[in-house]
Amino acid sequence: MTTNSSGKKNLTTGRQPETLSDMLQRRGVSRRAFLKYAAMTASLMALPPTMANVMAANLARARRQSVIWLSFQECTGCTESLTRSMRPTLEDLIFDFISLDYHHTLQAVSGHAAEEARRNAMKENKGKYIVIVDGSVPIKDGGIYSMIAGMTNLQILEETVNDAFAVVAVGTCAAYGGLPHADPNPTGAVPISDLVKDKPLINLPGCPPIPEVMSGTLSYVLSFGKIPELDHLARPLSFYGETIHDRCYRRPFYDRGLFAKSFDDEGARKGWCLYELGCKGPVAYNSCATMKWNGGVSFPIQSGHGCLGCSEPNFWDMGGFYKPLSTGLGNMGSALAGAAVAGAALGGGSAWLARKHQGEYMKNLVDHEKDKAGQNSKKEN
Amino acid sequence: MELLEFARGPALQSAMVIFVAGVLWRIIGILALPFISIPSRARKGVLPEGEVKGWFEGIWRRMWPHKSFIRQALFSTINGHVYHIGLFVVVFLFAPHIAFIKDLTGLSWASLPSNLVNAVGVVTAASLIAALIHRLTNPVQRLISTFNDYFSWFVTLAPVLTGLLAVSHLGARYETLLAIHLLSIALLLIWFPFGKLMHAFLFVVSRGATGARMKHRGAQI
Repeated sequence: MTTNSSGKKNLTTGRQPETLSDMLQRRGVSRRAFLKYAAMTASLMALPPTMANVMAANLARARRQSVIWLSFQECTGCTESLTRSMRPTLEDLIFDFISLDYHHTLQAVSGHAAEEARRNAMKENKGKYIVIVDGSVPIKDGGIYSMIAGMTNLQILEETVNDAFAVVAVGTCAAYGGLPHADPNPTGAVPISDLVKDKPLINLPGCPPIPEVMSGTLSYVLSFGKIPELDHLARPLSFYGETIHDRCYRRPFYDRGLFAKSFDDEGARKGWCLYELGCKGPVAYNSCATMKWNGGVSFPIQSGHGCLGCSEPNFWDMGGFYKPLSTGLGNMGSALAGAAVAGAALGGGSAWLARKHQGEYMKNLVDHEKDKAGQNSKKEN
Repeated sequence: MELLEFARGPALQSAMVIFVAGVLWRIIGILALPFISIPSRARKGVLPEGEVKGWFEGIWRRMWPHKSFIRQALFSTINGHVYHIGLFVVVFLFAPHIAFIKDLTGLSWASLPSNLVNAVGVVTAASLIAALIHRLTNPVQRLISTFNDYFSWFVTLAPVLTGLLAVSHLGARYETLLAIHLLSIALLLIWFPFGKLMHAFLFVVSRGATGARMKHRGAQI
């Protein structure tokens, strides 16, 4: 963790930092396997076929990228997702290739030495390092709800981001606030996008995000030295451009109107659409249905559970995981009962008033007729 | 708060409250009025039960115009039936709508295939647009039309169109289209008790009362 990304000689060893190509050769990875990885990544990111070669060439020349990984209000699920792959893959090598200069869960050092490593990395790679953040930042009450080494998360973020090349918010907590941000948000948790305004920011939401989304995005940044095309929520369009629903293998059943009514009924066993069981696939933009999880084995809908929409803002507060999208949020029962009583009372009151007016009118009419009759009889007399 | 959250939450809840309160106010306000007795004697042979029969006959027979008016009323009658049936299919036989009703009432029933409902939705929208063109091009209808007619038409068509756009993912992202669709439904629900859309409930009362009176007088229904 002492090499820098600037291509300068390492101060300790005096040698040029190795390129990705050098490192892959040292590990016995064939060029063919490397090209396949570049082609796959380019394909995943919907780049033109010719860009696969460009990506491979640029990646091969790339030197170790300094990465500082900040963990704030989070559950470590994002790190677990990235590190617990089913088998060693080229993506792992890419991560080995990254100079991960600071990461609570993965770094060997601790205490002051850890903070020293972060500051050294910032100094040696000024303006070139990437900051990856997982977890939201509490800002209520001076940010005291999450502190590291005597500093609030906000202080660490501001200090670290200051000289960064780009910031990547990994996971829904960092991207949108996530669970800590959920109602009633006791710590005043905010997403990174609320705090970082003057640096390129990439959001990679998901609870957790797909490992290949992470590695693919980093490969793109390493290859082209810029951030990929993003959507309005700063997510790479190549991975978050389509909804789960659009790519779901159960979609034909939605179109045919065949829905599972419970998790154990005949429809569920036949693989029918899970919309009525609360699936949020129609409003969830992510790659789960195409890239899948655990080395492409499966994804939540394939295992029989509806999508939670975890890559969308406020997914925790969207009215319940098991309420269909077409239903209202919250319980309307008491409000509607109150409205019914009020409406009935209003109707009854209106009718009572109308009856009263009608009674008075009829009485006046009868009195008038009587008077008229009396006057007529007087005249006749 | 995201637009979809607002649409599914406060907007829909407020609209439902206004709808329920407004509809009950109108219906109870009318049904609790004193019954105006008919001073004349009933036509010979017409019993009170016959007037009840006349009530139902009045509702049923007004579904189709009398033969003497068939030529003038043919288009508006057939077109009216098309979009009324279409609205029924779209509102009550589309799975997401049934899920909405089930969430509110606990009641559910079988749905039609989504693609079929979409096709019915297209026909319904076309029929509603045809109804507007007919209203605008027919001098008599145009003369008697008010803001109430045009706005009621608009709040009826808007959910159909926005729903079609939402299922087709046309024009914007799905969540935005879904939110706009829900907001258009909220507008419909708010306007419903106060405009001519209330005929969905009151046609039973008005046609039935007319039928009963005509039966009382011995007139042909």
